[in-house]
Amino acid sequence: MDVEILSRIQFAFTVAFHYIYPPLSIGLGLVMVAMEGMYLYTHQLVYKQMARFWTRIFALTFGIGVATGIVMEFEFGTNWATYSRYVGDVFGSALAAEGIFAFALESGFLGVLLFGWNRVSPRMHFLATLGVWLGSMFSAVWIVVANSWQQTPAGYHIVGEGLQARAEITDFWAMVFNPSSVDRLLHVWIGAFLAGAFLVLSVHAWYLLHNRYVELSQKAFRIALAVAAVSALAQLFTGHHSAEGVAHNQPAKLAALEGHFDSLAVADMYLLGWVDKKREQTYGLKVPGGLSFLLHQDFKTPVRGLRAFPANERPGAVNTIFQFYHLMVAIGMFLIALTLYAVWQWWRGRLFSQYWLLWVFVWSVILPQLANQAGWFAAEMGRQPWVVYGLLRTSDALSKAVTANQVWFSLIMFTLIYALLFALFLYLLNKKIQHGPDELLQEGHRPLQEGISDWWVGKKKY
Amino acid sequence: MGTFLGIDYPTWWFLVVGALFSGYAILDGFDLGAGALHLFFRKEESRRIALNAIGPVWDGNEVWLVIGGGALFAGFPVVYASLFSAMYMPFMLFLCMLILRAVSIEFRSKEPMLWWRRTWDVVYSVSSIMLAFLLGVVLGNVLKGVALGADFTLQGHWLQFLSPYPLMVGITTVALFAMHGAIYLALKTQGRLFTRVSLLMRKSMIFFMVSFGIVTLYTLLYIPHLTDNFKQSPTLFIVPLAALLSIANVPRLASKGRYMYAFLFSSLTVALLLVLVAIELYPVLVFSSVSEQYSLTIYNSASSTKSLGIMLLMAAIGAPLVAAYTLFVFWTFRGKVKLDDSSY
Repeated sequence: MDVEILSRIQFAFTVAFHYIYPPLSIGLGLVMVAMEGMYLYTHQLVYKQMARFWTRIFALTFGIGVATGIVMEFEFGTNWATYSRYVGDVFGSALAAEGIFAFALESGFLGVLLFGWNRVSPRMHFLATLGVWLGSMFSAVWIVVANSWQQTPAGYHIVGEGLQARAEITDFWAMVFNPSSVDRLLHVWIGAFLAGAFLVLSVHAWYLLHNRYVELSQKAFRIALAVAAVSALAQLFTGHHSAEGVAHNQPAKLAALEGHFDSLAVADMYLLGWVDKKREQTYGLKVPGGLSFLLHQDFKTPVRGLRAFPANERPGAVNTIFQFYHLMVAIGMFLIALTLYAVWQWWRGRLFSQYWLLWVFVWSVILPQLANQAGWFAAEMGRQPWVVYGLLRTSDALSKAVTANQVWFSLIMFTLIYALLFALFLYLLNKKIQHGPDELLQEGHRPLQEGISDWWVGKKKY
Repeated sequence: MGTFLGIDYPTWWFLVVGALFSGYAILDGFDLGAGALHLFFRKEESRRIALNAIGPVWDGNEVWLVIGGGALFAGFPVVYASLFSAMYMPFMLFLCMLILRAVSIEFRSKEPMLWWRRTWDVVYSVSSIMLAFLLGVVLGNVLKGVALGADFTLQGHWLQFLSPYPLMVGITTVALFAMHGAIYLALKTQGRLFTRVSLLMRKSMIFFMVSFGIVTLYTLLYIPHLTDNFKQSPTLFIVPLAALLSIANVPRLASKGRYMYAFLFSSLTVALLLVLVAIELYPVLVFSSVSEQYSLTIYNSASSTKSLGIMLLMAAIGAPLVAAYTLFVFWTFRGKVKLDDSSY
């Protein structure tokens, strides 16, 4: 394998692994803000108890998220040097803004969130949790802005020729609000809310099925269900908006998403299907003219297909892109049905009496994760063969100084470390869930542990 | 080219990047130093206290690296691209060690078994040492010169980052951080653990002074281009002089038991050593050992004036914010370590 494919595999692998965690942090952050808000509002200790429980799980996901995130930042320079030189002037300011305005906020207050329960007032602690959550939201802003600029470049001009060419920023706000950034940001945020909310739903459904922490779990389940139901519905609209944007800005990608080949014809929408790239045919269960209708509110309006583009400007893995995209859409629809049904049962007062429904929630934790991954794979593979759409090809973006052997080495190293990391993550997540929320004394202190360190020090005062 | 207060934008951004890396070195420096000394503590309780001394702050400290890396990418994309791809192996190892350190801190306390805790203790300590060492190795290469040729791309074998001078700078960095971390731990511990820490502190000071002396001598004898700026403007000699005084002040204050001041001066030492590096380099960022024309300077590698202007504005707004909540967190967790139910 050559350096290009190895570097692409390494980047895809490290970023896909990384992306398990940030959505959990963003989504759990929102749920924790809601829990602590309820604690401040009602003064019921049970809300503090669940917030503390979820803080411990948040710490786990956040820690792995940070550790695997730095890898992404450095890989731009190590593996994609030509790309870094090309986009640095534009991309850099988004990345710098992420660091200064978002990540520092997030990590700064994390210490108070995790270790400050006994050191600051509940109100201050709530503000720290809010700070961490907002920090993670802002992080998403800048990262999605940078990625959207790669999809739909704006606010730049090209300086230099050939290998020396690079993009220079001309209008910061045009770069930030490039044609796809707002739609994609909302889509990413809500995908993250779903990931976090479904983890909370899964764990508390499991407790309820095992008759543990019943009162706490019912309260937590309702908070998370409210977040999940609103998010699942909202995702339909942001997804639709994104698709319209793709149709307008990246027509070749849209054609790949639906396996639409004819250069200008009525486009169908597939529920399930298979793309035969050689014969340029798509088979499956379809709504005739469905894509035309979704984009133009008319079943007869033609849409440009893959054949309208030169062969070297079409995404390569059309069937893979098609499958990822349809997996994401199918999961999205299922999540809407599931959460609406659950809300209906809640309204009827029968939410917690239907075991099968709780079991569905236990296993559904995997679904938003799959949808998030599938959506990103469809978006990024659909952008190919470009790394910056229409400007810079992925094959031109590599580091010239790096050899295939070096990338093999780092790829194997990351695979081993991430496998270990993932095993530990699952093990510890399971352990924390089995352990469950701690009973809280009114002051929130546990004298036994302080006693141990006092005993060692041999005196009582600090 | 835009200027502000009579100084051009690339120079301003050089100062920003320098300040961020200094902040990282001062802050994560004591975390790495504490990690490097970790295995010298024998008792489980001691190790827990040492770990919890950095527990609430290490993650916030690491942020400085993320921001520093981002600032380098944003301000000097050509340096970011050329240096990182030329130093592929050290950076990849660095990333792995960064992950291993983070997970060892997170995972160590999650199980009570002795083998579990011993394993993570070793991973934690070794990764901390390696991180400090690799940072020094990269710095050493930057100072000595990297074989950058046409298009500022590395020529020759990728293993050439391993040569005596970078290795010496690496060892010196480990020693510097060990000293810095030991003083931090002295502030955070008491009783018998404190006695142990102060012994380690004295040893690490000696280790640092010896290795620093060797590196300085080697630099003066064999790497002449680093002293050019001093020869041109001799008033700059005040910086190495101040660094030496600052270094000498650290053991003086520590022996008097004034650890807070000793810590401030070891922080100042770290900062002054990086100022020294900055003076040795300016306006170069990475020397090319192939030809002077391929050296990366702040001018041939910088982003556009427009981009630098935007980012300088961001830095001006963001820096006070970051400083404010960093201080808030340190204030919240001031004083000796108390283990409670939210500790590691």
